[in-house]
Amino acid sequence: MSLSGAWYLGLSAIVFTIGAIGLLVRRNVLIMFMCIELMLNAANLTFVTFARMLGDIGGQAVVFFVLVVAAAEVVVGLGIVVTNFRRRATTVADDLDALKG
Amino acid sequence: MIHAALLLASTRPTWPDILVFAASAAVILVGSVGVVTSRNPVHAALSLVMTLFGVAVLFIEQEADFLAAVQIIVYAGAIVVLFLFVIMFLGVDRDEDIVIEPLAGQRPLAVVLSVITLAGVLAMAATAHWVTGAHQVVGPIQGHVAGPGSPSGEPAQLGKQLFTTYLFAFEATAALLVIAVVGAVVLARRPPTVHADPEDSDQSELPA
Repeated sequence: MSLSGAWYLGLSAIVFTIGAIGLLVRRNVLIMFMCIELMLNAANLTFVTFARMLGDIGGQAVVFFVLVVAAAEVVVGLGIVVTNFRRRATTVADDLDALKG
Repeated sequence: MIHAALLLASTRPTWPDILVFAASAAVILVGSVGVVTSRNPVHAALSLVMTLFGVAVLFIEQEADFLAAVQIIVYAGAIVVLFLFVIMFLGVDRDEDIVIEPLAGQRPLAVVLSVITLAGVLAMAATAHWVTGAHQVVGPIQGHVAGPGSPSGEPAQLGKQLFTTYLFAFEATAALLVIAVVGAVVLARRPPTVHADPEDSDQSELPA
């Protein structure tokens, strides 16, 4: 029998927090994307943990959909980054200030 | 009855389980801290692979074998490779200065707010009653109870649910992927005539 679900939930909460800190602190758009992936993974771990705790396969099915949405998000997001890099030659979010009033 | 499943999960864990959890937790934490603190985007991507691998091990530990395989194949095999491809393609794979703090006081504020959020989540997790409705909504996890010759186990259960209960969502993800592919192609395509924008005339246009 595996460890109780509380350990997994605590770990995923910590990983989610680290991802949130990175998203708030870092300026590079690519690394901000990776931090979003960290947060999505923490949520996935929570879903799988609840699926085991409650004995319900539905949690694992949701993780499957999260994976698909993450893949689509990364494809479109990186496309935007590449398009932006062609015009501005930067991946730093602070330099994208064309809409500044 | 609701608490029966929670009590089931709190039976005594064995030493291998504890060791596996501790090792993967260490791998996950080191990797995720590495993503946030790496100066080089390539190192951050490799730390992300480390984290994803640890999460996959924890998936296996929690009887989600199929999702662990998908995690490795899709995340580590496709998404991170896509990240690395874009990093190399743009040529931003060099160290950046992360010591300078462009917005004064932002980092301490971000850390404090995130830690407050973490404390709130943990406090809620420690005091909450998890199940408010029906115990099993979709279906049971029936891993490792397979009879010989019959498709069963957790992947079969998951597949059955995906094509029955979640069929509409499954088809919607297919549409989502097609839309994402079309969007990526449209984004990556160079316009046939680049208009000379006076606002951007000082920016150096990259060669095609």
